[in-house]
Amino acid sequence: MTHDDTRTIRIGSGQGFWGDDLEAPVRQVHDGPLDYLMMDYLAEVTMSIMQKQRNRRPEAGFARDFPPLMERIFEACVEKGVRVVTNAGGVNPEGCGAELVEAGRAAGVSGKARVGVVTGDGLMDRLDELLEAGHELRHMETGEPLAAVRDRVQSANAYIGAGPIVEALEAGADVVVTGRSTDTALTYAPMMHEFGWSPEDHHRLAHGVVAGHINECGAQASGGNALVDWWTMPAMERVGFPLIEAHPDGSFVVTKHDGTGGRVSRPVVTEQLLYEMGDPSDYITPDVVADLTGLELEEVGPDRVRVSGVQGRPATDFLKVSIAYSDGYKAVGTLVYAWPDAAAKARSAERILRARLDRLGLTFDEIRCELVGWDATHGHLAGEPPADIPEVQLRFAVRSRERESVERFTREIAPLVLTGPPSVTGFAGGRPRAQEIMAFWPALIRKEAVRPHLNVEILEV
Amino acid sequence: MPTIQLVDLAHARSGDKGDTANVGVIAYDPRDWELLRETLTEERVKAHFGEMVKGDVERYELPNLHALNFLLHGALGGGGTVSLMTDAQGKVFSTALLRMQVEVPDEVARRARGRGWVPADFDPSVPVEP
Repeated sequence: MTHDDTRTIRIGSGQGFWGDDLEAPVRQVHDGPLDYLMMDYLAEVTMSIMQKQRNRRPEAGFARDFPPLMERIFEACVEKGVRVVTNAGGVNPEGCGAELVEAGRAAGVSGKARVGVVTGDGLMDRLDELLEAGHELRHMETGEPLAAVRDRVQSANAYIGAGPIVEALEAGADVVVTGRSTDTALTYAPMMHEFGWSPEDHHRLAHGVVAGHINECGAQASGGNALVDWWTMPAMERVGFPLIEAHPDGSFVVTKHDGTGGRVSRPVVTEQLLYEMGDPSDYITPDVVADLTGLELEEVGPDRVRVSGVQGRPATDFLKVSIAYSDGYKAVGTLVYAWPDAAAKARSAERILRARLDRLGLTFDEIRCELVGWDATHGHLAGEPPADIPEVQLRFAVRSRERESVERFTREIAPLVLTGPPSVTGFAGGRPRAQEIMAFWPALIRKEAVRPHLNVEILEV
Repeated sequence: MPTIQLVDLAHARSGDKGDTANVGVIAYDPRDWELLRETLTEERVKAHFGEMVKGDVERYELPNLHALNFLLHGALGGGGTVSLMTDAQGKVFSTALLRMQVEVPDEVARRARGRGWVPADFDPSVPVEP
């Protein structure tokens, strides 16, 4: 492959999470020029949800609305030459790949498309072997070894980088499906492939990481959930998702298709850059460590923001591991109290309920009570509620290692309607549900424990 | 010096990593960036949140973006699915920080007051055209 220095490739964002706007990827493919469509489906808790689904049904364990979505856009993607890169594979990329091939056949692209399936990030089957070999998988914040919760682990996956995605693209894959790839790799792997960047091109790769950070939350980079002048955000009913115009030197422009809603401006992009940001000089990925402290944003046209000035340095010897373990149960019950003295009534109900739970001898690790409409999000910063507040929702939540305590709590909300303070309503939804808690255990693992297991398989549609 | 709310000087975005919330604060007007740097110390932000933040507050600077990034450790009741909070992922800690009262020079107060709020004539039922 030759690498033309003036070339621009367009990498659009199609999904910012599992459950995002289903029409967005369709608009990205049809509403303007595009070379790649990236779709991020995985958050910290998603892997454990998918693992539970796979435990019940071995064919499950991936973002199940991805293959039907591809069925809608597969033909257009093949015709326009748009290649798709996604981590929709979850804990079962093979299963996702197989359904994707079926979707391609249903969409009429048999013989015209290839699917690349990346596997090897899953550590669940190898967990005991890894622990025995001395990989302690200590909790990154507390330092505790994983052995402490080993018997409760539900899923374990390494965050893998761009390598296998690039390999799949080199092998001609039109759609690349991975498991726990990092969100950012879905955007910079196509840049590495197209521009022939090597793993030592640290500054260019670091730009790619920032492009990935901008793309990975969908419309949050094109006006969605933006605080700045939100009331002026145009035509959000048909918001254009962000797309990256990438250049071989690493610099890139954030934009969106002409004629779509939303806005790509310096302040909007700045907000997205700061989302989930840690130390901006130390943005660690499997492929490079990026330093954003010298980053520059420049508005170079309507809905066009140029990004430059990112520095990169070599990656570490470790991959982050996403582990989920079962950590007890929780439930949330709500009731609505009306004027007059709505807040005082809700607070009295809280006191009565706490006393009843106490008298029942139930044990909870935590009880939390919020007044939605007053202090649920800003806590004590909201001050004292006015006496004439029209209504509040009492939101009472409990957490316990003992399922029985949580189950009994779910039966204590409804009785308050006839046995507590007056002017209460909003209980028609029925009993709250006890929910199993999947806690997140972040750890590090040496790259050589994962790399030999990574594999790329190419399937013909 | 007059006192205004931070919401009129800066916009903000927040997110989560485990039990840590981050809040990025961005000056509306680059002229106010130095003022934000001097005012929004780690100590001041920690004191503002009080019991809402159990651990330390760390601050990082992004000078070219006229922005500060705060990490609020132990702010999310355990974080993720463990947390019992409505805002378990710290999505609106950003606006909680913007409640802070800050002293500013007269001319800044005059220029900034009302900046962070919808205009009086805003009608949410009317579509916003590009």
